Amino acid sequence: MIEARGLTKRFGPRLAVDGLSFDVRPGRVTGFLGPNGSGKSTTMRLILGLDRPDAGQARIGGRRYRDLGWPLREAGALLEARAWHPGRTARGHLAALAASNGIGGRRVDEVLGLAGLTDVAGLRAGKFSLGMAQRLGIAAALLGDPPVLLLDEPVNGLDPAGIHWIRDLLRSLAAQGRTVFVSSHLISEMALMAEHVVVIGRGRLLADAPVADLAARAPSLEDAFLELTGASTEYQARRAEA
Amino acid sequence: MTVLARPAGPSRSMAGHYRFRHVARMEWIKLHSLRSTWCALVITVGGATAMAVLIGRGTRNGAGDLTNNALAGVAPGLLFTGVLGVLIMTSEYTSGMIRATLAAVPRRPLLLAAKAAVLGVVALVAGEAASFISFAAGGAALRHGIAAPSLAQPEVLRAVLLAGASFSLIGLLGLGLGAMIRHTAAAIAVLVGGVYLAAQAVGAASLGVARYMPVLIVANSLTTTKPATCSPHAAPCLHFLSPWAGLGLLSLYAAAALGAGAWLLARRDA
Repeated sequence: MIEARGLTKRFGPRLAVDGLSFDVRPGRVTGFLGPNGSGKSTTMRLILGLDRPDAGQARIGGRRYRDLGWPLREAGALLEARAWHPGRTARGHLAALAASNGIGGRRVDEVLGLAGLTDVAGLRAGKFSLGMAQRLGIAAALLGDPPVLLLDEPVNGLDPAGIHWIRDLLRSLAAQGRTVFVSSHLISEMALMAEHVVVIGRGRLLADAPVADLAARAPSLEDAFLELTGASTEYQARRAEA
Repeated sequence: MTVLARPAGPSRSMAGHYRFRHVARMEWIKLHSLRSTWCALVITVGGATAMAVLIGRGTRNGAGDLTNNALAGVAPGLLFTGVLGVLIMTSEYTSGMIRATLAAVPRRPLLLAAKAAVLGVVALVAGEAASFISFAAGGAALRHGIAAPSLAQPEVLRAVLLAGASFSLIGLLGLGLGAMIRHTAAAIAVLVGGVYLAAQAVGAASLGVARYMPVLIVANSLTTTKPATCSPHAAPCLHFLSPWAGLGLLSLYAAAALGAGAWLLARRDA
């Protein structure tokens, strides 16, 4: 369970996240949708305590992220591809993270296998393709076998087989009772993957509804999304012209 | 899917908390799993030793401070552990690793403390190796019938030990600067400027302040075995800090940089 309450983040004069409140419930994949620059990544960073909110707070399983006893065993996150030193091997990267949360070496081998990286575990991760990089990021997120997962644009750079793999993986994780929160700007992918969506624009909540309900309001989920976010993207375009 | 078979409901509870030893273990794995770490340490030891041999072979006056001569490679060699300290922090920002690190260890001062402990010990071991090997090699390279200094002579063991410790302290200074500045090039510029160049500039402008400069503390306080003798004609005469006062001041510099780094790390967005 992830709870956001009045999350607000300002970068200089720009309000990146504006009083955002929503819950992400366990047992289903929740999509996090919004146009580019709408504040999705910033919201994820606020939930993970990487950025400090100007107001409001986020909780994971009822606690602030920084108060978690074993963060990687309580929440796993993929924030960006290549969040590692390029000179380190895939196994070295995972082994270092595992050690910080008292996770054994056997689990490192398990997640390498799960992500399909066993054969390249000893290679320096700086040489990885974007698809392999995403898989290593997902392996890191799963390291602590966490009940909560946050993934920022996990399908970026994946080939069709990779996209299929992650869709099945996230749905099975949710079916096990985990909380799965996935951001994307690919509506068609969300329509296949998520049961519920949180839609934001200009840092504000636009919708928090089951995918089926949103899709029923318009010819498709994509049409519903464009209708919801139209105002905020138009506003951005005007700002850019001015 | 067997690896994910464990049910993961909200009711699953976990006792305990990650502690310093877990974070230190992560930092040790990070440090030793990079080839560049070992390169920097090998160059540190090799460079200091080579300098000691060259100076030893060229020494013709046995009355000088032979220990100080043999440890002449320490001051330039400090650059390597200093840069290693900078990179331990700034490479996390360059690569984006800092987000993964802070997601694993949200208590940021604890993270910096673990980095400091691991680097401090590794740089101390490498520094003492560089110092003792330089001392032995510099003594063995002496010619012209000059007797090599011995660790049993007064002040010699102290000079060799403190020379080794200075690698660790400059490494920690670099780590603190890395945490404060976050950009590799800028942090290295401040490190080199503060440790080496400022000594030249300040030394030229004011001899009274020169003795507080890191590189001069290492060269003239920590690694000497004989008090500098001033000829009455050379005025003004430089009075350097005592070895232990010099060590204290270097430690203070490192602690101040680490303290400021921890303060900023805890307050800034990652």
